[in-house]
Amino acid sequence: MNLLSSENHAETIKEAALPAPLSASQQDALRAILESGLPHVAQPYLSIAKQISATQAQVLAQIAHWQEDGLIKRFGLVVKHRKLGFNANAMVVWNIADHQVNEVAALLSSCTEVSLCYRRPRRLPDWPYNLFCMIHGTDRAIVLAQIAAMTKKFALEAVQKDILFSFKAYKQQGARYGKRGLNNG
Amino acid sequence: MDKSSRHAHTELAELSLLDKRLINLLQRGLPITERPFLEIAEQLNSSEDEVLERLNHLMSSKVLTRFGPMFDAVCLGGAFTLAALAVPEDRFEEVTQHVNSFDEVAHNYRRTHDFNMWFVVGAESEAEVNQVISDIEDKTSLPVLNTPKLEEFYVQLYLPA
Repeated sequence: MNLLSSENHAETIKEAALPAPLSASQQDALRAILESGLPHVAQPYLSIAKQISATQAQVLAQIAHWQEDGLIKRFGLVVKHRKLGFNANAMVVWNIADHQVNEVAALLSSCTEVSLCYRRPRRLPDWPYNLFCMIHGTDRAIVLAQIAAMTKKFALEAVQKDILFSFKAYKQQGARYGKRGLNNG
Repeated sequence: MDKSSRHAHTELAELSLLDKRLINLLQRGLPITERPFLEIAEQLNSSEDEVLERLNHLMSSKVLTRFGPMFDAVCLGGAFTLAALAVPEDRFEEVTQHVNSFDEVAHNYRRTHDFNMWFVVGAESEAEVNQVISDIEDKTSLPVLNTPKLEEFYVQLYLPA
């Protein structure tokens, strides 16, 4: 469930008189503020509204609108795994038959140890893998045991896979696009 | 600058039960309402003040580095890919410097595989991303493994509390 897109909230917006839309420059300013993160105050949307000379209702309506359009996909909470003692970071790559990839991805994504799961293209002959999962754990032995357990649980023993542990980051910063910075792991 | 030692002294953060439950809950979203932290606090049997205090603490201790709605970079016109190089051991340092010299490169990790260097390339368009990859190939004389995301399956970090 994503509270940001909760149906209750959509109803609230529809029932109320619609506030005037933000101007293009106000929208740009709102986006820039949201990209740098939400202020940690009791009324964060009111605080942002004041910064862009708009009302809180306008800001709430604009964010709900961006969610409906898919521009805001989800809530971003960037957790520093290494700060939590998760020093073993494994990228597990699988060669899953194309017609099974969605099904297997759903199973792997349901594991609490898996923090990211992507389908990516194979690059034959060097790279036969098409499903990538990230697993964070406190040490390599535990992560290997977790991978063995999920391989068995989902009957993936016969699937070709590889496990790539990471060392420390050599460059860790948000990738850039446009004129602003953005974290995109 | 010695990039290799930047993360050598990460201090571990101690999380309380409330901190863990707060992190787990916030990943599911924040209500778009006038008092969102009050609603979060009610779900945690806590108070609005305490939730804000813990959030500030998690940010200042750098357990969390960002908190807010996430825009879809592709929707906004950005393009990204995950790329890798199989770098001969005796060239690792030199190739690291070449790759990291590009502003478009982020998150460069060494990994245990023949493809031992993995990084994200992000730019304003797919054409620019492909140009950077081609430039990296020219500079390093190594072929880049280019694996752009085709589909994302959403998962969230869950801290046992």
